[in-house]
Amino acid sequence: MAKVLMKGNEAIGAAAIKAGCKYFFGYPITPQNELPEYMSREMPKVGGVFLQAESEVSAINMVYGASGAGARVMTSSSSPGIALKQEGITYIAGAELPCVIVNIVRGGPGLGGIQPAQSDYNQVTRGGGNGDYKLLVYAPANLQEMVDLMQEAFDAADYYRNPVMMVGDGMIGQMMEPIEFKESKSRFELPLKDWVTTGTKEARKPNIINSLFLDPAELENHNIRLQAKYDAMKENEVKYEAYNLENAEIVIVAYGTTSRIVRNAIIDLKEQGINVGLIRPITLWPFPEKAFDLIPDSCKSVLSVEMSMGQMIDDIKIASNGRWPVHFYGRSGGMIPTPEGIIGKVKELVGGAK
Amino acid sequence: MAVVFQKTKGLTDKETHYCPGCTHGIIHRLVAEVLEELDVLGDTIGVAPVGCSVLAYDYFNCDMQEASHGRAPAVATGIKRVQPDKVVFTYQGDGDLASIGTAEIVHVAHRGEKITTIFVNNAIYGMTGGQMAPTTLIGQRATTAPLGRTVEHSGMPLRVSEMLATIDGAAFVERVSVDTPANIRKTKKAIKEAFQCQIDRKGFSIVEVLSTCPTNWGMTPIDALKWLADNLIPYYPIGNFRRPGEEK
Repeated sequence: MAKVLMKGNEAIGAAAIKAGCKYFFGYPITPQNELPEYMSREMPKVGGVFLQAESEVSAINMVYGASGAGARVMTSSSSPGIALKQEGITYIAGAELPCVIVNIVRGGPGLGGIQPAQSDYNQVTRGGGNGDYKLLVYAPANLQEMVDLMQEAFDAADYYRNPVMMVGDGMIGQMMEPIEFKESKSRFELPLKDWVTTGTKEARKPNIINSLFLDPAELENHNIRLQAKYDAMKENEVKYEAYNLENAEIVIVAYGTTSRIVRNAIIDLKEQGINVGLIRPITLWPFPEKAFDLIPDSCKSVLSVEMSMGQMIDDIKIASNGRWPVHFYGRSGGMIPTPEGIIGKVKELVGGAK
Repeated sequence: MAVVFQKTKGLTDKETHYCPGCTHGIIHRLVAEVLEELDVLGDTIGVAPVGCSVLAYDYFNCDMQEASHGRAPAVATGIKRVQPDKVVFTYQGDGDLASIGTAEIVHVAHRGEKITTIFVNNAIYGMTGGQMAPTTLIGQRATTAPLGRTVEHSGMPLRVSEMLATIDGAAFVERVSVDTPANIRKTKKAIKEAFQCQIDRKGFSIVEVLSTCPTNWGMTPIDALKWLADNLIPYYPIGNFRRPGEEK
């Protein structure tokens, strides 16, 4: 298929529809508005439903109901809106309902700003809602990767019966890039949805969608079962890219659009005789801990580069497990890290220009 | 020998957790009987949110979804948009619907969502132990209004049916009571009309059922029924506020 030039938010919508998403419930918030607007135009054409809810809270609860009724369903928002959805997300995780949630991240805290940020790392990987649960979290670095991951996101949601989050910083939502919508085959064997509430026809026992377990032993067993599912995701769903690790003195860890800026810095540094590698998590949860085993003996320290005041760095420290000192360089509030800034930090770590 | 009474197949055999004398049991049975009589039990999905009726999914013999506090109308919207030919209802208390869930109930009516809401109003939070609700009467004591509700502190009790009846998408709005056998019969009639309204795709339908909470009111079940008649009905008048084809 030929490449098309599309804006990120619209490409997400197109990829979701292509992945079989038929229902979308959303609420306006910048910088993701083009996505619900696109869905309002395109969903009716494929016999689907777009509905603008009265709030983010209602939108995520509509997703709960729709998923429980058997639908392939999506919602989208941006950071403060995702915070509002967290109640619904923990219920969805607790009731084991599949869905895809798109988060086009903007700066915080509070109302923050509307420019790109990665300060939702903790919100999306730590389970912003109550209880022991995890989302499968994808953080693509460009529009092609995001489009390619969308089918997988819906399939994984159905396979694990778990909410999946697609995270893009504001740049991913707003930029335009050429995209090819490729035909892809699902790598999952999807189970029959025999648990959905679509009416018993008085031919079977009622199905119940629920996250309430008043008996402590029953709730613990539920949690143990959920944990086994999360362990399976850790085993099978980790995605990352390793770049230029050979002989690297410093290894930078960065995701999303930040990783693209880091890549430019690495090329510049190489020309100056400083060898720097990159580990780019594509799944933020499960975090690619195994990638850190690829770091060569030449590495003296690890550097986290984020569009935040330092959130992913905690996971980097856990993955490093004391093997290397871990440093941080970041910008926040919608300010974007520059190659110069990253290069300066790397030179500081290696002890000045060579 | 002729069978003169049979338990509706709309209810499961599970023993309920409701307190002795609580009228939830009556209302459950009325809803279940209506679903059976309309022959839609196998095509119905119910939504039970947080509150005393949170375990209703164990009692209604149809597919059920449990919802978070106040969000049942949003969950029901999601179900109905995916399954537009199915019957979808929510069963909500007054803490749930009239307090935390006001946005959801107003907008489900505003959209004219073709679902039915059974709104059980007993003027108090039951499940959490008798706290004040927006529907608690002036002077009525609650665990968070130990000296009784005052206008100065908490305003006047919220009349939900009257409020929703101002919304065009609400096709059927009626307030009923289960304090006497005659009123119980009227309640069943209203519930049936509400579900029929949904089946006929007229819009959103709601039946507000004045109910008792003997445990948290601190009364015997019989005294509670009398208190309902003497206090709730004068402030919350029973009757129809809106039905399809009637301009009010």
